[in-house]
Amino acid sequence: MIKTDVVIIGAGPTGLFCAHQLGIIGLKCEIVDNLDKIGGQCIELYPDKPIYDIPAVPQCTGEELTNNLIEQIKPFNFNFHLNDRVQELKNENNKWIVKTSNGKEFETPNVVIAGGVGSFEPRKFPTKSAEIFDGKTVLYSIKDKTIFKDKSVVIFGGGDSALDWAIELSNSSKVTLVHRRDEFRGAPSSVQKIKELSKSKKIELITKYSMNEVKGNGSIESVEIKSESGESKTIKADYVLGFFGLIMQLGPIAEWGLNLNKKTIPVNTESFETNKKGIFAIGDICTYPGKLKLILSGFHEGALAARGCFKYARPDEKYRFEFTTASSAIKDRLGVKE
Amino acid sequence: MAKIKYVEFNGTVHEIEVSKGLSVMEGAVQNSIPGIDADCGGGMSCATCHVYINDSEWFNKLPEKEMGEDDMLDQAYEPKSNSRLSCQLIVSDELDGLTVHMPEKQV
Ligand SMILES: Cc1cc2nc3c(=O)[nH]c(=O)nc-3n(C[C@H](O)[C@H](O)[C@H](O)COP(=O)(O)OP(=O)(O)OC[C@H]3O[C@@H](n4cnc5c(N)ncnc54)[C@H](O)[C@@H]3O)c2cc1C
Ligand code: FES
Repeated sequence: MIKTDVVIIGAGPTGLFCAHQLGIIGLKCEIVDNLDKIGGQCIELYPDKPIYDIPAVPQCTGEELTNNLIEQIKPFNFNFHLNDRVQELKNENNKWIVKTSNGKEFETPNVVIAGGVGSFEPRKFPTKSAEIFDGKTVLYSIKDKTIFKDKSVVIFGGGDSALDWAIELSNSSKVTLVHRRDEFRGAPSSVQKIKELSKSKKIELITKYSMNEVKGNGSIESVEIKSESGESKTIKADYVLGFFGLIMQLGPIAEWGLNLNKKTIPVNTESFETNKKGIFAIGDICTYPGKLKLILSGFHEGALAARGCFKYARPDEKYRFEFTTASSAIKDRLGVKE
Repeated sequence: MAKIKYVEFNGTVHEIEVSKGLSVMEGAVQNSIPGIDADCGGGMSCATCHVYINDSEWFNKLPEKEMGEDDMLDQAYEPKSNSRLSCQLIVSDELDGLTVHMPEKQV
């Protein structure tokens, strides 16, 4: 059991800056994110795109913003728990017990939900028949590519993941690539390579078809694909891979008894506390009159939520407002010498 | 104002007057019409505002897709050749009378 002042759910820009604000006022926190990297949407969806509306930063990419936020909280040495999803929140003796899918447990008076639009999950095949084989022979990510050796692999998708794996696996497996249209969104060099491999019959390329059904009794045998005009084909398959990008699922957050407004959590705008004492929500996941889903709003929300956490973490102390330019206590926390 | 008809997957029809300049997605969200999630708020990065334009005459009349819309539609639930992202359809006089059909689900 890890004891801390605050558990932050989500390592997007909002969660990161809230951690900074907690560090500044002298509180400790632990940060959990189910992605394998820090940065939320900025790193997952647009690492190379320039952002133009971060105050006092005329331009920076999603990745640069993330790196700067990480740099800014370095002095506090907070722990990150990546690849781990917060699954359960339970109140025991006025403390929150936070449990993750990897079995970690935290005890804390405060939880800050900075979960964006929820956690990113791979989009799956719409057919029920794919669910039976999910995680065994129907896969949405690859951990061990040796399992595909000398097997028939049917890959669906038109982006970089689909193309890169089709190219890579074509060396040692029988690969069929299926995509719903003729154009691909992957890198031009990969698209070129796929076309060459298709010409030399190293892979079979089928466009304007999509998944209809996975067939097999106990183990997978084939997939049936269909075109929009109703034609269908059956392809032998040992493995089926789908790469349709990520979708955001509110996931476990919906089950914690918080008031929800569609997929967002209503908060007060004084401390960004939810309907549950000691549970705060900031960033894209929170809602209040006038809410803007912008990074700069998330920063403001994080600063106020951090102050809100103070009173539960240090019930016997009074929070004192201080400037970073002036306070020697803050400079100590930052490890800067005057 | 333009009249937009939203048809849910179960057949329920919502006919709404949407102000010019709003997107077809915003027209649905602001009127609490179910079936359009719009997780990214119109940023063309979630594909959860996906609709079908079943009338091919209407489909061809719509403003052309911008770069990236088809890429995003690849990541939608059951995209077809008559799919559009409703956040990219900006309401104007030309769209008066448009009907959009929603997919079975968005995520
Ligand atoms: C293409 C695009 C362009 C954008 N451009 C701009 C722009 O120019 N300017 C601007 O201000 N904003 C922009 N935004 C919006 C901005 O990225 C978001 O407002 C911002 O990322 C919200 O930050 P957040 O920390 O609240 O959530 P997110 O960045 O969504 O991070 C939330 C994190 O929480 C994690 N999480 C969720 N649930 C759990 C759980 N149960 N357990 C563990 N982890 C969990 C998720 O995995 C995720 O990493 C853009 C967004 C997109 C998609
Ligand atoms: S609202 Fe997200 S793509 Fe349209």
